[in-house]
Amino acid sequence: MTDTGIGASVKRVEDARFLTGRGSYTDDLEQPNQTYAYILRSPHAHAAITKLDVSAAKAAPGVVAVFTGEDMQVGSIPCGWQVNSKDGEPMKEPEHPPLAKGKVRYVGDQIAVVIAESLAEAKAAAEAIEVDYDIQPAVVDMNKALAGGTLVHDDAPNNLCYDWEIGDAAEVDAAFANAHHISKIDIVNNRVVPNAMEPRAAVGAYDKASGEYTLYTTSQNPHVIRLLMGAFVLQIPEHKLRVVAPDVGGGFGSKIYHYAEEAIVTWAAPKVGRPVKWTAERTESFLTDAHGRDHITHAELALDENGKFLGLKVDTIANMGGYLSTFAPCVPTYLYATLLAGVYTTPLIHANVRAVFTNTTPVDAYRGAGRPEAAYLLERLVDRAAREMGIAQDEIRKRNFIPSDAFPYQTPVALQYDSGDYMATLEKAQGMADVAGFPARKAASEAKGKLRGLGYSTYVEACGIAPSAVVGSLGARAGLFESANVRVNPTGSVTVFTGSHSHGQGHETTFAQLVSDTLGLPLDQIEISHGDTNKVAFGMGTYGSRSLAVGGEALMKAMNKVIDKSKKIAAHVLEAAEADIEFKDGKFTVSGTDKEMAFGEVALTAYVPHNFPHETLEPGLEEQAFYDPMNFTYPGGCHIVEVEIDPDTGVTTIEKVSACDDVGRVINPMIVAGQTHGGLAQGIGQAMLEGCVYDDDGQLITGSYMDYTMPRADDLPSFDTDTAVTLCAHNSLGVKGVGETGAIGSPPAVINAIVDALSGLGVTDMTMPATPEKVWQAIQDAKMPMAAE
Amino acid sequence: MPTVSMTVNGQAVTGDIEARTLLVEYLRENLRLTGTHVGCDTSQCGACVVHVDGKSVKACTMLAAQAEGSDVLTIEGLADGDDLHPMQEAFRNNHGLQCGFCTPGMVMSAVDLLNHNKNPSEGEIREWLEGNICRCTGYHNIVKSIQEAATKM
Amino acid sequence: MYDFNYYKPGSLADAASALAGAEDGKIVAGGMTLIPTMKQRLAQPSDLIDLAAVGDLKGISSDGSSVTIGAMTTHAEVAGSSDVQLVIPALAAVAEGIGDPQVRNCGTIGGSVANNDPAADYPAACLALNATIVTNKGEYSADDFFTGMFDTALDEDEILTAVKFPKPDKAAYMKFPNPASRYAMVGVCVAQTGGAARVAVTGAGQDGVFRASEMEAALASNFAPEALDGISVSADDLNSDIHASAEYRAHLIGVMAKRAVAAA
Repeated sequence: MTDTGIGASVKRVEDARFLTGRGSYTDDLEQPNQTYAYILRSPHAHAAITKLDVSAAKAAPGVVAVFTGEDMQVGSIPCGWQVNSKDGEPMKEPEHPPLAKGKVRYVGDQIAVVIAESLAEAKAAAEAIEVDYDIQPAVVDMNKALAGGTLVHDDAPNNLCYDWEIGDAAEVDAAFANAHHISKIDIVNNRVVPNAMEPRAAVGAYDKASGEYTLYTTSQNPHVIRLLMGAFVLQIPEHKLRVVAPDVGGGFGSKIYHYAEEAIVTWAAPKVGRPVKWTAERTESFLTDAHGRDHITHAELALDENGKFLGLKVDTIANMGGYLSTFAPCVPTYLYATLLAGVYTTPLIHANVRAVFTNTTPVDAYRGAGRPEAAYLLERLVDRAAREMGIAQDEIRKRNFIPSDAFPYQTPVALQYDSGDYMATLEKAQGMADVAGFPARKAASEAKGKLRGLGYSTYVEACGIAPSAVVGSLGARAGLFESANVRVNPTGSVTVFTGSHSHGQGHETTFAQLVSDTLGLPLDQIEISHGDTNKVAFGMGTYGSRSLAVGGEALMKAMNKVIDKSKKIAAHVLEAAEADIEFKDGKFTVSGTDKEMAFGEVALTAYVPHNFPHETLEPGLEEQAFYDPMNFTYPGGCHIVEVEIDPDTGVTTIEKVSACDDVGRVINPMIVAGQTHGGLAQGIGQAMLEGCVYDDDGQLITGSYMDYTMPRADDLPSFDTDTAVTLCAHNSLGVKGVGETGAIGSPPAVINAIVDALSGLGVTDMTMPATPEKVWQAIQDAKMPMAAE
Repeated sequence: MPTVSMTVNGQAVTGDIEARTLLVEYLRENLRLTGTHVGCDTSQCGACVVHVDGKSVKACTMLAAQAEGSDVLTIEGLADGDDLHPMQEAFRNNHGLQCGFCTPGMVMSAVDLLNHNKNPSEGEIREWLEGNICRCTGYHNIVKSIQEAATKM
Repeated sequence: MYDFNYYKPGSLADAASALAGAEDGKIVAGGMTLIPTMKQRLAQPSDLIDLAAVGDLKGISSDGSSVTIGAMTTHAEVAGSSDVQLVIPALAAVAEGIGDPQVRNCGTIGGSVANNDPAADYPAACLALNATIVTNKGEYSADDFFTGMFDTALDEDEILTAVKFPKPDKAAYMKFPNPASRYAMVGVCVAQTGGAARVAVTGAGQDGVFRASEMEAALASNFAPEALDGISVSADDLNSDIHASAEYRAHLIGVMAKRAVAAA
């Protein structure tokens, strides 16, 4: 290992600009002569617009233009994934106009855009817009939505988007009939607001001379936005539409999707003949960034007398919100139900999932997307089964783990896991957590009047999204490959153009390490370029922990092509057979001789080709590769959380978090640990702090940091993280992915720890977020004599 | 229009502004110092923290007019030429940032902490950071960064 | 934010006349509440009168048996004042716990007390410590000053200039913060002076800060946590929201009061 290659904790290249205030985020950009857009949003969750008069706003000082849904006659914001109901019917896919047409379906829905010389003038003018609403009852609760009555969309009866299933219900029922014990659980996976610290922003510009549109946007995947907006919404051909995602301040899923504001500013730019800039206020982010999670589930686990799992039945309702966001339909189906085997050998699984429309903000993938919901369900249920059967928490897991020699392992829910060693991560995590010392720590807590608990979570997830043929057959409307272009410059430096996008993950460092390791170059000779559709040929972007496993593999593939071509050049110059050229340590040598060419010499020769044979050797040294993975990758691991509870107040303190993850080969251990920390904070946040609350009228109660509890530094401890690696079996790097593991593994470990702490009082359940009041109330309820039923 | 004059990163600046102009707006839009960020509208997130007369403040909750005559230091003015400030260096050494959006405010707040308390405990660091929200790092490496900076400042 | 006229008078008299002359003038002290409110366009003052240049509103003085704090003194200055730490350490601790460091660097005692936010810390401290609120027109006892949520005895053109705290024998403040906003969800300040005890509660009451008389009576005879055993505050007049029901707040008042007495 070199100090800049694979496995080195290289300090991040991008930090220099971020630490000195020289990052370039979308709102930092200033276009000449730009205008400012303010969007008038619905204050009602469900209403018909009976009057919309913008004349006074148009006449207000500084106003350049005002547009409504009547003006903006464009295509519907599309959904990228089709799920079919179990009866074969395609999902309901209601129209989603960027500016509402006659009806609003959630608080925050776009009604009109005011474009003015200044933001203050645009805002002031928006107050002059006259809107009359025929307010209709809002449907917020998922069960009520399914009962029909009020319809979010007239063409979706009972507000049902789809009713989907996986597995054979009859076979699972048969397994339950033979069970020794059945554990049951009702789970709410709480809705959360992603809250990337950079609010979304978009700047649309139009060059009349070239006819080219440019959209600068806070996106995790600029090419996907170009495709969705260009082809479906605005009908702008790709060669006339440039989408740039510059520095992006966090995404966590919320910046994958194509949002209305992107289409609005791009569409409006030629109308006003000037660039149009829109930046969300945090309040708008709360209202309009796609939310995450929001499932209600009933599940049952059948066990034999030894605690072996015989079958699993799951019935889930998933909230889609007011419209279908880009990836929403696949989250509670193909990213959730397919993970319900978890790390266990459960032979029979059936899951039914109903997706439902409500008058709330659209819901889509948020860090983990489906897999956290699956892990939370399973790990809570396994914890309960262990308690009910009197089996230790680690023991019940060990009895049911897929053994390390069973890979590749075909689960009953479609996926085939390629590698893993769940016992290894469990045992390492137990050591990190000093599980053996827990009884003494618990006794010490009790001596000072506190309760203490220890919770486990052993999880697996699917990432490296995704094999295009597989996801295509499951309804994905695009392939999920990645591209890379490696341009070797004449002096031997390298520019990489990747379709992956970094919004905090550190690609400019990690990808450079791959290049340094493979081509033997120092980091200062490597540039990683991303985020601009005019620079990068194509890309599917960054989500689902896919950058390294898919984008990194594309880069490896392109570099191998560069090496192959370089060998041809070296063979030509060194007058040797191509097969005799070896590449090592940045040098091409003729094997068995001392004849060699440095990488830089080959590069220069490629661009100064004095006597290349025209028939067989082209000048230049630049290679493109597309990589489509063979399978998902399957990171997994064990998280152990220890909590202490103050029974007087219900305040729960996280005492220790021990996370041992198998993320495949680690390219940069420092960055891997950082990703794990961030995921843990979000998982612990969901478990203890964060919960999105709507009232019955569909008003978002948790609409700012005054009411939505973001994890802060003093809510969290330092974390103990480590890895226990098995290599991915189907990619060259052996990498799996680390972006989401922390958020997937930790929530059930937290709640299981709280249940463990309270179990002595007879408490068996706790819902997320486990706020002090909920914990205190559970303790009070446990103290009360059993109410007559 | 009121006129404001102040010193920003060592340079005297003067501008005609609307009274309602926030300090962060003046810095970002008038002076084009876009390193100071806006992450919320309720004065909670701390992405906008700068120093005014040596103390950390939220530039989103101060009028530019209130900073009249003050000495303002933003993230752009923290390094000594090409030499990073020890706090910046520590954040880099310890991977104390990921997306970088909260980072300017986080660094400016952390510098103010060490101005007050040369050797803060982990608990004191975490309490001090109450007004700075980070969504990427889980704070783990931010705390480590500040601990390292404390040994060098 | 709507635009406004901005004034920075150099004297209290000029500030008072600017306030009296404005159509809908507002005083800005630290601005920690007013500016966010204006940003959300929930307030639209015609004129903003900034007291920052009124020199005699800043500073802390002590005669050993009381401390007087100028209205424009920041929370950080109160927290760091050796006079306050010496005479009423509980008051320094209250200031140290307000908001976050940046709020403490800007926010002032005058702004906080005049605003009487129902979840602010200072009103509880003023009430429990039996403070005197001094204005350009006169003085109020804390009991008379806080008249309800966001409501005080101040006239529209009256300016708070200082708060005077007598030294108690013992005092302490315990806060249970709202997990999201970090304002007090329940904050209890207790003080013992001579044979009397005062207990003030913030964050919980529907009408803002209030005194818990039953607790005061119990503590007057025995200033010890166990004196509060069996005393419960009724949930009837307490706030209920997504973070805490009235019942939970009532319970927390008891817990925080005991902890404050223990810490005093």
